[in-house]
Order: sequence, then structure tokens, then C-alpha cells
Amino acid sequence: MIDKKDVLHIAALARLTLSEEEVEGMTKQLDSILGYIDLLNSADTSGVEASAHMKYDHNPLREDATKESLPHDELLRNGPSVRKGHFAVPKVIG
Amino acid sequence: MEYEIVIGLEIHAQLLTKTKLFCGCASKFGDPPNTNGCPVCLGLPGALPVLSGLAVEMAVRMGLAVGCSINNKSVFARKNYFYPDLPKGYQISQYELPVCGPGFLVINVGGVEKKVGITRIHLEEDAGKLVHDQDVDSLFDVNRCGTPLIEIVSDPDMRSPQEALAYLAGIKQILEYLKICDCNMEEGSLRCDANISLRPKGQETYGTKTEIKNMNSFRFMEKALEYEARRQEEVLDSGGKIIQQTYLWDPSNNKALPMRSKEDAHDYRYFPEPDLLPLTVEQALIEKARASLPELPQVRKSRFINEFVLPDTTADVLTSDRHIADFFEATLNFFNDARQVANWIMGDILRIMNEQKITLDAITVTPARLGKLLSLISDGTVSAKAAKKVLDTMQSENKEPDTVIDQLGLRQVSDTGALEIALRKVLDEHPAEVERFRGGDKKLTGFFVGQVMKLTKGTGNPKEINTLLQKLFG
Ligand SMILES: [Zn+2]
Repeated sequence: MIDKKDVLHIAALARLTLSEEEVEGMTKQLDSILGYIDLLNSADTSGVEASAHMKYDHNPLREDATKESLPHDELLRNGPSVRKGHFAVPKVIG
Repeated sequence: MEYEIVIGLEIHAQLLTKTKLFCGCASKFGDPPNTNGCPVCLGLPGALPVLSGLAVEMAVRMGLAVGCSINNKSVFARKNYFYPDLPKGYQISQYELPVCGPGFLVINVGGVEKKVGITRIHLEEDAGKLVHDQDVDSLFDVNRCGTPLIEIVSDPDMRSPQEALAYLAGIKQILEYLKICDCNMEEGSLRCDANISLRPKGQETYGTKTEIKNMNSFRFMEKALEYEARRQEEVLDSGGKIIQQTYLWDPSNNKALPMRSKEDAHDYRYFPEPDLLPLTVEQALIEKARASLPELPQVRKSRFINEFVLPDTTADVLTSDRHIADFFEATLNFFNDARQVANWIMGDILRIMNEQKITLDAITVTPARLGKLLSLISDGTVSAKAAKKVLDTMQSENKEPDTVIDQLGLRQVSDTGALEIALRKVLDEHPAEVERFRGGDKKLTGFFVGQVMKLTKGTGNPKEINTLLQKLFG
């Protein structure tokens, strides 16, 4: 069972501010999603190797050859704030 | 109470690939800010990472060099946290299944050998760089973001700052021998974090640990660990409790400052990276990497001791740096007296490097030139003493030893005719000493040889002068 405290904790980690109604709604929705996962969990998977991916039989690796990066101005283009050739971000220390 | 210090280290080594871990941007220190970035390392929507094969190979080589098992299958994971040094909002790392499993490194402190366990080695991408200046905001540079790192995690096996230093030095040496990291601690291509705790002597369970970061030199690391051990001892002795926390070493004040504790900082919510398949390391790649391993420092040191009959300390200094050891062996091809070669490298080549604060790359005295100089000493062309001057000039003027010897007029005079003229002159000028010498005062031999040396401006061959002296009074 997921409760309101869990939802607030997850929201804080994701930097989300939720209204009282949203917390209610999310709690219900997440709970039903996890309920479905519980259903999946009830399937007998003993002898099946855990996997987070589809099975592919090759391993795409890249050669160590440099490619052109974005031009400096283009690179900074999506930055909300730019100063001295850098992305300017809220002050952080340490 | 008497305590035992328990230390474990996490070492991050930046791999010497040309490109970043998951994209083709250049992975290079010192480029102008924000010039090496693309949709992948900037975390732009829709961009997909593709793993560098060379980075995998380097991680495998390091694993093999420290006896790690190599996992045929490993999994990349997302480590989620919000910090403006990572545009994606997560770092791609490895969590439950790293590329290398347990291994070990043998260290030697004060003649006592000890095996330090290595828990794991995993691949991960580095974060970008934040510049904190005087302004209201911080400045972000993406160049370092996504550069390949291996993180080498030790077991909590070290029991003193000295053991921790020896372990770090050993890992650094191997990384250098493998040529997979340039190990520049100041530039941050080799970084070390420490976990440290105290426990009453004899107690099995570990005490609460703290983490120290930002120790970007061996000296700072020693100071930081000593500082933290002392601080914890004082807290425990006064009945207090250690709080699990991360500290930053502040070298200008010799203090460890607690990092602002970020709430939920350790709730990284790792999950398997959906954009990358599990990494398969084929047995063939492992065997290829194993075959390509160079002779490692500890093996090379033993060989130097056995093959060249060198003292332990000499072999230690020579093999501490792969380049020095290579230089030593190359010089032996030109002058086959290992002790002499070792003495000149330890005494004079290293002296020049220290005095001028240069690395071996900047030494213009090649192994061939050093070998030639040593053979010129052994055949009497130049005295060992004068040869030191010759070596300095060879270095500063980038010249062959023969040329420098003539240029400085240091060719040793072994021509007995010329030496006899000089000796007779000395004897004529010192009748009183000659009398005493005839009377049996053999201590004056040194005096006469010295005077002849002075007259020949140090180029006389002392052995020849001695022989002449015996002959004249014989
Ligand atoms: Zn990139």
C-alpha cells in the first residue's frame, strides 16, 4: 500500500509541488499501478532470468573516434540564462 | 580509549579515450568552456547514448590487473539526482552489476605486506564542471560531462592513513602502467574519496563512518585522514556520537568542512538504464585484454631485484614510474652495468627532473646518450666527477656527450707524457713536501695528485698520475 507520505516524498525528490487534490489523486493512481505490478509479481518466474530489456544478441559499441560537437553558440542556445560562455544556473555551493 | 582506524577508498579514474563514454564529443581537459557538447551529453530530448568499446576494454584491463573477476554481463543504471552539473538529471553508472567483481591489491607499508580487497570496478560518466565565482549564479561547463570514468571501490581494509596512501599509490601506478589514465590529481583525472570510521581495538563491528571528498593530492589526503581520525577520536572520547556525513577537505585551512546536508541526498532511485542494453563482455575480449597487459609494477620490481641484482629501494624508485623503468631498461642496451645506470638515473636524471620541475619527456638525454656517457667514463675519456657537469650541459643544450666533453674541455688526460710534465712541475714547486714524501709520509700522495689535477684543470686521470708518482719515486 502506498500512502500520502510516500507520494510527498517522491514528489519532493522529483522537485514537484502537488496540491492537496493532486496528492489524493496520485496516491490512488500510484496505488492501483503498484497493485497491477503485484499482480504481475504473482506470476511464477522461477527459472527465468531477471531482465530489464528485450533480448538482443549483439552489443552495439562505438569506435573511439571523435565527432564534431555542436558549435558553441548552438550548444548554449537552449540555456535559460547564459553568461561568460557558460550556462548560468542558480547558485550552488559544494 | 584505544581505537582502530578503518578506511575504504573510492577512486575515480578518468579514462584516456579520445571520446566521451556515450557520445563522440572530445574528452579532453583544458578546452574552452562549452565547446565539447552534443545532444547526448547535453541531455537533449530524443538523444540516445552509445557506449564506447575502448572504455569497456580499459575497464576490463584494470580489472584483470588487480585480479578482479570480469562479469560477462553487466548493467548500466540511472542514478537520479538534481544538481546543475548534470543536464540529464541523472548520471549513467553501474549499480547492482558492475563490469568487474572482487579483486585485490598488495600494499607494503614499512616492510609489511598486506592484501587490500577491491570490492568492484564500474564504468560511469563524469558530471560537468561548475564554476562558483563571486556572482549571484553558478556557471556550468558541459565539456567534462559524459567523460568516461572507472570507479574503483576498495573494501574497508586499510587501518591507517599510511596504508590508504600506499593503496592509492599502488592503484595510480597500475593505471599509469596500463596507460589508461594520466592520473593528474590536480586536474582531477584521478580523484579519491575516503570512508573513515573508528572502532575500539578488538571490536568486530564497524563504527559509524564519514566520507571525505576533495583530497586532490597525496599530501592533502594524508592530512585529511589524520584530521578526521583525530576529530572522531575526540568526539568518541567525550562520549559523543559520530554522525554519518560527507565532508569536503579544505586545504587552505587544514579542515574538513561538512557539506550542506541535502535532504534525501542518498535516495538516488537507481534503476536499469532503459536506453542501454546490458553490456556483454565476451570471453574473447577478456583473453585479448589479458594478453595485452604489460608487466605490472610489482612484478617488474621483483624482476629488477633478481635480474639486475638491485637493492629493494632502488628497484622501488625505478619501477614507481613506468617511464623511468622504461628509460632504465633502454639505457642498459647501450651500457650494460645495471648498478651504474641505476645510480646515474636515481642520482642525476631524477635530480635534473626535480630541480627543473620537468617530467621525463622533457629530458633531452636519451638512453643512448646516457649509455654513451657512461661508457666514456668507464674507458677513462672523462672522469665520473666531470661527467656530472657534462650531463647537465647535455640536458640544457640537447647535445651528444662527446661534443659536450670537448666543448667544456673535460677530456681526461691519460697521456702520460703530458701528465709527467705536469707532475714534475708540481714536484719542483713543492720541495719540502717532496722531502717528507721521500721520508715515508705516503699520505702526501693525495696532495700531489690533487695539485696535478688542479694544474690540468681537473682533466688529469688520477689513476695515471698515481702510477707516475710511484714510478718517479720507485
Ligand atoms: Zn556529446
